[in-house]
This record gives sequence, structure tokens and C-alpha cells, in this order.
Amino acid sequence: MDMMRPMPLPEMKEGPATNDASAAVAISVRDLRAGYGAAPVLKGVNLEIREKTVTAIIGPSGCGKSTLIRCLNRMHEAIPGATCDGEILLGGRNALEIDPVLLRREVGMVFQRPNPFPTMTIAQNVAAGLVLNGVRDRAAIAETVEKSLRRAALWDEVKDKLDAPGVGLSGGQQQRLCIARALAVEPRVLLLDEPCSALDPIATGRIEELLIQIKDQLTVVIVTHNMQQAARVSEYTVFMLMGEMVEYGLTRKMFTQPADKRTEDYITGRFG
Amino acid sequence: MTTAVLDRVRKVPGSRERAGDRLFRLVIAGFAGIILLAAVALAWQLARESAETWRTFGLTFLWTSDWDPVADVFGALPFLYGTAVSSFLALLIAVPLGVGAAVFLTELAPKRLAEVLMFAIELLAAVPSVILGLMGIFLLVPAMRAAGSPYGVGMLTAGLILAFMILPYITTITREVLLTVPRPLKEAMYALGATRWEVVRGVSLPYARPGIVGAVFLSLGRALGETMAVTMVIGNTPQIKASLLEPGYSMAAVIANELAEAASDAHLSALVAIGLTLMAVTIVVNGAARLMLYRLGRAK
Ligand SMILES: Nc1ncnc2c1ncn2[C@@H]1O[C@H](COP(=O)(O)OP(=O)(O)OP(=O)(O)O)[C@@H](O)[C@H]1O
Ligand SMILES: [Mg+2]
Repeated sequence: MDMMRPMPLPEMKEGPATNDASAAVAISVRDLRAGYGAAPVLKGVNLEIREKTVTAIIGPSGCGKSTLIRCLNRMHEAIPGATCDGEILLGGRNALEIDPVLLRREVGMVFQRPNPFPTMTIAQNVAAGLVLNGVRDRAAIAETVEKSLRRAALWDEVKDKLDAPGVGLSGGQQQRLCIARALAVEPRVLLLDEPCSALDPIATGRIEELLIQIKDQLTVVIVTHNMQQAARVSEYTVFMLMGEMVEYGLTRKMFTQPADKRTEDYITGRFG
Repeated sequence: MTTAVLDRVRKVPGSRERAGDRLFRLVIAGFAGIILLAAVALAWQLARESAETWRTFGLTFLWTSDWDPVADVFGALPFLYGTAVSSFLALLIAVPLGVGAAVFLTELAPKRLAEVLMFAIELLAAVPSVILGLMGIFLLVPAMRAAGSPYGVGMLTAGLILAFMILPYITTITREVLLTVPRPLKEAMYALGATRWEVVRGVSLPYARPGIVGAVFLSLGRALGETMAVTMVIGNTPQIKASLLEPGYSMAAVIANELAEAASDAHLSALVAIGLTLMAVTIVVNGAARLMLYRLGRAK
């Protein structure tokens, strides 16, 4: 991570959303406080994530990006001693008050390190969520497996070896397999926590492309350390610092005319 | 100059250390060799002492069921059957219970409780088998009778005692493998909307399976050779009956019971032949278990 050296502002592309209020709100986070044991990490975060857009979360290491994203599907509370309160409105309900199992079927997640199930084949990995949902119809499963692998831009590479173990793929393929696995249950939101940090630039490029493609169908929230990546894939960016949301807005605007001095320092690499 | 210093540093303490090393290795190798030699000598001795039986009956010794020391007719099938059935019953009972207990201890129980329970389970593994046998006689046999078993002792009673005996092994080993399941894998399953149980079934148990299979074989090896507890509750009757409530006999039990009173050389030889068979079976089963656990260890 070359945060110490000022880097050129990434070139911006024209995004579909031009206005802050143009898209409907998918997730609304209100006064979210979270931490581990007694130590607070998120100190009252407010955020409205727009539907069918890609929102990037950036900020220095340890500022609480993973904590925030893991609150959104309540994986945070799987950690012993983790605390979380506030409000996360999703489709009119407070996600913190519904059954986390049901919530996670609507809010999928892809982790930093590819984690396909080692005892399952490629097809079984993708089908894992369907099987959880009680789908038993083989034809329907095969169809969804293909569709999900296509959406994850992996189909052409694996269509002849669907019965090979998922862990036999390359790192980038494994990560796309994990994306396919998350997409197979048709979530409304897909969370990705630094999904490319273990991948080479080509594999990273593939994933960025596919994220841009799938955002027509669902809301994507991606944590990234890579400013160029945020600029390439996201329409909105959240900048966090020490457990607080410093700035939130259109990526284009944030990267060209940041409203907050701290944001400017961070994205130009003067931070720290 | 530097090289000279280095040479001195390397050579002087190095060569002395190496000499010590060599001696140490030699002594250790010697001990290991003695153990191996003892095992081979034992097998050879067993083979020699049972030669008469193998000459007289050949392999039919293993699949005929007349055991009549007075008439010098020997067939080991009832003992083979008794050992196999009681051990199999023990696995049938102990594997689901032990795996279930391990899942409970790793995934559900609060940490403190799990620690206390594990301590108790490990203590259980240290109870001498004669004490388990006593417990069988004083508790299990009357209970079986009360539940309608005609004799109280019998194949099922032996299976239950054996199950109790191998339960700690299965629980401890399974728990240890379950603790090695990588957290990211479990999180991946949770993130798909899996319940705790679905994570156990879909991720943890499949991941732990080779270890569990190893534990099962290890326990089987233990159950096959168990003598005291089984002798005390199996009924010691060389017969093959369909009912599990009928008394039976096992290989280890018949050796323990009859060896001291063997009247004829033929009888003694037949008992040793059973011993040789038992040794072969347990070595194969234990070998398979070690191999599986070893492979698991290397795969990680
Ligand atoms: N399991 C945990 N137990 C205790 N503290 C934790 C735990 N996970 C994270 N923290 C603390 O919470 C704070 C925020 O962590 P978090 O992982 O959310 O940061 P992040 O922004 O994702 O950082 P990075 O960019 O390095 O991934 C850090 O100070 C970290 O030390
Ligand atoms: Mg993180």
C-alpha cells in the first residue's frame, strides 16, 4: 500500500448516477455503534446506501471498515464479545432486530481471502446456498449454478470441470467462485471486504468488471484499500477515519473536490 | 581471520555436539529396535505355540464353531463373532454419541462448561477397565434384567460397556479436529444464511471427517482387544445366537479365562492361535487408524 507517496487522482468515468438523491435507498444506517468488548470501534455512523449502485468504503487500516460491513449482515456479532447497536434499515425493517439467518440470505458476503469449501466441488460450492434454502430440484440447481458462474465471469473457465474441487482453482478463480456462491441465492445486497487484496492485477480487473456488470441487479458495497479501484468501480464512496464517517458522496466528486480536508489528505496520499 | 574464527566456532563445539548426537541417536535407535524386536519375537512365539492348531485344523479353525476342550475340538468362530459384534455395537452407540458430544463441546457449550466437561471426559478415559466391569456388574446387568433381558449379561451389555469405554476417545479426538476447522470456512457458510447446525453439518463435520474416521478405527482397536470389562459382562458362553441379549464370548475373554486351566497342549495351542489372530486384527486396525490420522496431519 503506497499511501505515503502522493498519487495522481484517478481518472473518472461518467457514472449513471449523477445526483446524490437520484437512486432509492437500499440500506440506511443510523447511529451505528459497534465494538469488541469494551473498546468502541464505530462511533455512531450514519449512512444511506443507494439501491443498485456500487458503494466503496475507504479509509486507513483499523478505521472500522470491516467492522461496518460486517455489521450490515451481522457477521460482526459472531465474534465473541462483539457489540453492536443503532439501526440498520433494510427494506423497511431494522436488520439488527430480525433473524440474522434470514438477513444473511438477502445480504451476501465475499471475504478478503477466497474461502471455497474444501470438501465441495465447484458446482457444490455455488449450490451451497440453494441447498440451505431447501432447493432439491437438480435441474433448477444446475441452471442456477450456470447462471451464477456466468454472472461471476467464471463459467467459461470452469464449465468443463464443474465436478472438480473448488480449492483446485487459482486464487482469482476461487474468489470469483465465492462471488458466484454469494450470487446464487439472489441476494439484494452483496458485501465485499477487500476482495482483491490477495489477487494479481489481472484477476483484480476481472472482478472489477463483473462488479460493474452485476450492479444493475443488486446493491454492492465494497471495502477497498485501493483508491483507483474505488474510482473504477464505485458511484458512491464512504471515507472513514477512526470509527467515524468523515465524508460520503459521489465518487467522482469526492475524488476531484473532496469536501473535507482529511479526505483530501487521504486520497492524495498525504495521510498519516 | 574471519574464516578462522568461524571455523573454530563451527568445529570445536560442533564436533563434540555431533559425537553426543550420534551416541544419543544410537541409544534411541537401540531402544526402538528392542521394541520392534520384541514385537516380532512375540508374533513368532505365538505362531510357534499355536502351530499345532493350525496344523490340525488349518484355517477352518477360524470358521467352525465347536469349542470342546474335552474332545480336543476347536473352532474359534464364536469368539471372533463375539469380539466383532460387541465391538461393532460399541461403535454403533459411541460414534454418534461421541461426535454429538464433541459438536456440543466445540460449537454450543460455553467455554467454561466445555473445559469442565472435557476434564471429566478425560478422567473417564483413565478409569481402569476392571472398574468399568464392576460398574457393569453392579449397575448395567441389573438394569438390563429390569429392562427384560433374560440374563442381564450378554452381547449387548458388553457392547454398552465397550461404548462407555471408547466414548472419551471419540469425543476427545473429534473435538480436537473440530477445533482446527478454519474460521473463514465457517464464516462463509454463516454468510450464506446457514444456521449453526447447518454450519456443523455442511462445513465442520465434512472437514473433520478424516479425523473422525481415524478416531473410530483407534477406538475399534481398543474395543477389539478389551479383555477385563468384556469378560465380566459378556456371559462367557461360546455360542452364536441371533439375539443380542444372549450371552456370548470374545477372543480376549476366552484367553483370559481358559489359559491358566488349559488341560491339554491342544487346548493351549488353540488359545494361542486365537491370540495370534487377535493380534493380527488389532495391528491392522490400529495401523489403519494411525495411517489415517497421519495423513490428516500431513494434509494440514
Ligand atoms: N476480533 C477483534 N477483536 C478485537 N478488536 C478487533 C477485532 N477486529 C477488529 N478489531 C479492532 O477494531 C478496529 C477496527 O477494525 P476493522 O477490522 O474494522 O478495521 P479495517 O478498517 O477493516 O482495517 P483494515 O483496513 O486493516 O482491514 C481495529 O482497531 C481493530 O484492532
Ligand atoms: Mg478490514
